[in-house]
Amino acid sequence: MTLEIIGISVLWLFLFLYVIVASIDFGAGFFNAYSAFSDKQHILTGIIQRYLSPVWEVTNVFFVFFFVGIIGFFPQTAFYYGTTLLVPASLALILLAVRGSYYAFATYGAKIDHRGYIYMYGLSGLLLPAALSPVLAISEGGFMRLEGGQPSLDYWALFTSPLMWSIVVLSLAAVLYISAVFLTWYAHKAGDVKATQLVRKYALVWAGPTIITATGIIFELRGHNPEHYASLLDLWWMFALSFLLFLGTVFLIWKKRNYGLAFILLVGQFFTAFFAYGASHYPYLLYPHLTIYDSFTNESMAIALIIAFIAGLGLLLPSLYLLFRLFLFDKDYVKGKSDYHA
Amino acid sequence: MGFEDTALMSRILTLMTLSFHIIYATIGVGVPLMIMIAQWVGIRKNDEHYILLARRWARGFVITVAVGVVTGTAIGLQLSLLWPNFMQMAGNVIALPLFMEVFAFFFEAIFLGIYLYTWDRFEDQRKHFLLLVPVALGAAASSIFITIVNSFMNAPQGFDVLNGELVNVSPLLAMFSPAVPTKVAHVLSTAFMTSAFILASIAAFRLLRGSNHVYHKKALFLTMKLALVFSVATAIIGDFSGKYLAEYQPEKLAAAEWHFETGPEAELVLFGVLDGEEPKYAIRVPYALSILAHGVPSGEVIGLNDFPEDETPPLWIHYLFDTMVTLGMWLAFFSFVFVVGSWRGWSIVKQKWFRWLTVLSGPLAMIAIEAGWWFTEVGRQPWILRGYMKTSEGATASGQVDLMIVLFAGLYVILGIGTVVVLSRMYKRNPVEKELAQRESEKGGEES
Repeated sequence: MTLEIIGISVLWLFLFLYVIVASIDFGAGFFNAYSAFSDKQHILTGIIQRYLSPVWEVTNVFFVFFFVGIIGFFPQTAFYYGTTLLVPASLALILLAVRGSYYAFATYGAKIDHRGYIYMYGLSGLLLPAALSPVLAISEGGFMRLEGGQPSLDYWALFTSPLMWSIVVLSLAAVLYISAVFLTWYAHKAGDVKATQLVRKYALVWAGPTIITATGIIFELRGHNPEHYASLLDLWWMFALSFLLFLGTVFLIWKKRNYGLAFILLVGQFFTAFFAYGASHYPYLLYPHLTIYDSFTNESMAIALIIAFIAGLGLLLPSLYLLFRLFLFDKDYVKGKSDYHA
Repeated sequence: MGFEDTALMSRILTLMTLSFHIIYATIGVGVPLMIMIAQWVGIRKNDEHYILLARRWARGFVITVAVGVVTGTAIGLQLSLLWPNFMQMAGNVIALPLFMEVFAFFFEAIFLGIYLYTWDRFEDQRKHFLLLVPVALGAAASSIFITIVNSFMNAPQGFDVLNGELVNVSPLLAMFSPAVPTKVAHVLSTAFMTSAFILASIAAFRLLRGSNHVYHKKALFLTMKLALVFSVATAIIGDFSGKYLAEYQPEKLAAAEWHFETGPEAELVLFGVLDGEEPKYAIRVPYALSILAHGVPSGEVIGLNDFPEDETPPLWIHYLFDTMVTLGMWLAFFSFVFVVGSWRGWSIVKQKWFRWLTVLSGPLAMIAIEAGWWFTEVGRQPWILRGYMKTSEGATASGQVDLMIVLFAGLYVILGIGTVVVLSRMYKRNPVEKELAQRESEKGGEES
C-alpha cells in the first residue's frame, strides 16, 4: 500500500463519516421544518435538540477535516478545486452559517422559536447537499476549462448536465433516507411512538428514490465518462452487496423490527457503495487533470501527516466513544428524562 | 478584471473574515480558562456564586463558539478558495500544523458538547470540572497550531527551492520557525487578557445598571485580577516580539516605527504624521526603539532604506502598531490601579466614571487585538510567504471574488447582530438574582 493510497483512504473515510453524520443533521432539520409546516410541530423538535445540539460542532469538524486533509495530502487540489469552487463553496459556507447560527441562536441561546428560522434551518439542510454534491460531478471531468494555465468552471455545461442533476437528486434523497432511518431508531429508543411512526414513514418514502437515482447515476456515467463507467462495472459485486444491505434495511423498517440493526445495515450499504465509487474513481482526483500520484505531497510531509493522524485518532476515538455513550446510548438522556444543559 | 484586482479583492475578503473571526476566536481561546478558574474557585471555596458564574459564562460562551465554528470554517475554506496558489505551495510544507489544528478543535468540540450538557449530572462537581480541562487545552492548542502556520508565513523555513521545485522539506523544522515562540505566547496571553477584560466589562456594566449584587462584585474582582496578570505577561512578551522583529523581520519593525536610516540610539516614534522621511507632531522617546529591538540604547536598528522599495510594508502600519501598544499599556496600567485600589480600599475604584472605564476596557482590548492582527498581516506585505511568494502571486484567478465580498459582508453583519441580540436577551430573561433565588428554593425543597 503506497502513501498515496493511505492518504486518500483516510480522507475518503472521513468524508464518508461526514456524509452519514451530516445527512442525519441535514435531514432532521428538514423533517422538523416540514412538520412545523404541516402543523405536526414539536413531534421532532425534542429529539433534534437532544441529539443534534450536543454533536453539531463535531459533525462540522468532519467536513473541515476533509478539506484541510486533502490540501495536506494533495496540495495541488488547492490549485484546481480552490480556483474553480469559489462560488459553490462560498454558498455552502453561507448555508452552513444558517445552520450553525440556528444552533447558536435558537437552541443554545434564547430559544427563539420563530417559524421563519425553523424553515430556513430546514431548507438549508436540503440546499447544502445540493451545493456540495456538484463537486462529485465536477470531479468526473468535462466541466473545467484551462485558460492560460488557470482553471475555470464551465457553469453552462455543469448546469445542463443530467449527470450533475442526478447527483444532486441522489444527495437529497440519500440525506432524507439516512436521516429518517436513524431517527426511526432514535425515536424508538426514546420511546416516542408518534415520532417513530412519523419518521418510519419518511424512511420508507425515501428509500425508493435513493436507490433509483443511485442506479441512474451509473448509467449517466456511461455516456459522460466511459473510463470510470468501465471500472465501476468491474466492482459490480460491491454494488450488489450494497443493494442487498439496502433491501435488509427496508425489510426491517417495513416489518417494524430491529431499528438499530436497520441503521447499521444502512451504514454498511452506503459504506460499500461509497468505497466502490471511490475505488473506481482511482487514480483520478479530477478527470483527466489530476491523479492522486501527480498531486501528492512530498514523502516527509505524508509520513508526518500519517503519524499525526494516528496520534490524533488515539485521542479522538475514546472521546467520541464518551460523547456517544452520553448522548446516544444513555437511555435516560435519550428519553429526555434528564436535562443537564448549562 | 486584472490579476492585481483579484489579489486586492481576495485581500479584502480575507481581511473581513479574519477581522470578524478573531473576535470569536479570541473569546474561544480565552474564556474556557476563565470558566475553569471560576469553577475551580467555586469548588475550593464552596461558593455557589463562582459556580454559577462559571455556568452563566459557559452558556454565553457556547453561543460564541458556535458562531466561531462558522467563521472558522469560512476562513479555513477561504484560504484555499482565495489563495489557491499559496495553499498549493504551503500545503507541501506547513500542512502538518493545519491538520493538527483540526484534531485539537475536534477534541475541544467533543468535550464542550459533553461539558455543556452534563451540568449537575455528576454527584462530584470535580468530575464535571475535569471535562472542562480538555476544552481549554483543545482551544489553546488550536490557536497554537494556527499561529504556527502564521509564523511560518512570516519566517518560512524547513524547505529549499531548487529550480522552482520544493525540495528537502522538513515539516517539523517548518513548524518551529523563529517567529513561533513570541507569536504563540503573544496570541495566548492576549486572548486570556482580552477575555478577562470582556468579562470584567460585563460585570462592571451590571453593577452600573443598578444591580448591586455581590455576585457581580466577585466576578469583577476575579476577572480584573486575571486581566492584570495577563496584561503584564503581554507587555513582557511584547518586548520579546520587538526583539524577534528586529532580528528576523527588520522591515516590519522599521515601517512600524518610521525608522529610515540604520543606526544605533534609535528613538521610538509615537503617533504623528509623516513629512517625507520626517515624523512630525510625534511623541519621541529617545533610545526606546534601540532598547525595544536589542535591549540596550546602543543597539543598531536596521532602517527602511536598507530594503528595496517594493519589498517594504506600507507606512500606515505605524498607527496600527501605536494603537496596539498604547491600548496594551493603558490596560495594564488600568488593571493595576483597579486591583491595587481594591485591595487598599481606594475610593476611586467604586466611582461611577471608574466603573465606566472598566466597561470600556473589554472593547478596548478587542480593538487592540484587531490592531495587532492588522499590523502583523499588513506588516508582512508585499509578501504572503516572506521572501518566497508575493501576495499577488498567491491569489485566485477567479473573477467572482467581489460578489463574494458582498455576500460574506452581509453574513457577518447578521451573525454579529444576532450574537449581541441573543446574548443580551438570554441574560436579560434570566438575571442572576432570579437564578440564585431559584437554586435556593430548589435546595430548600430537597432538604425538607
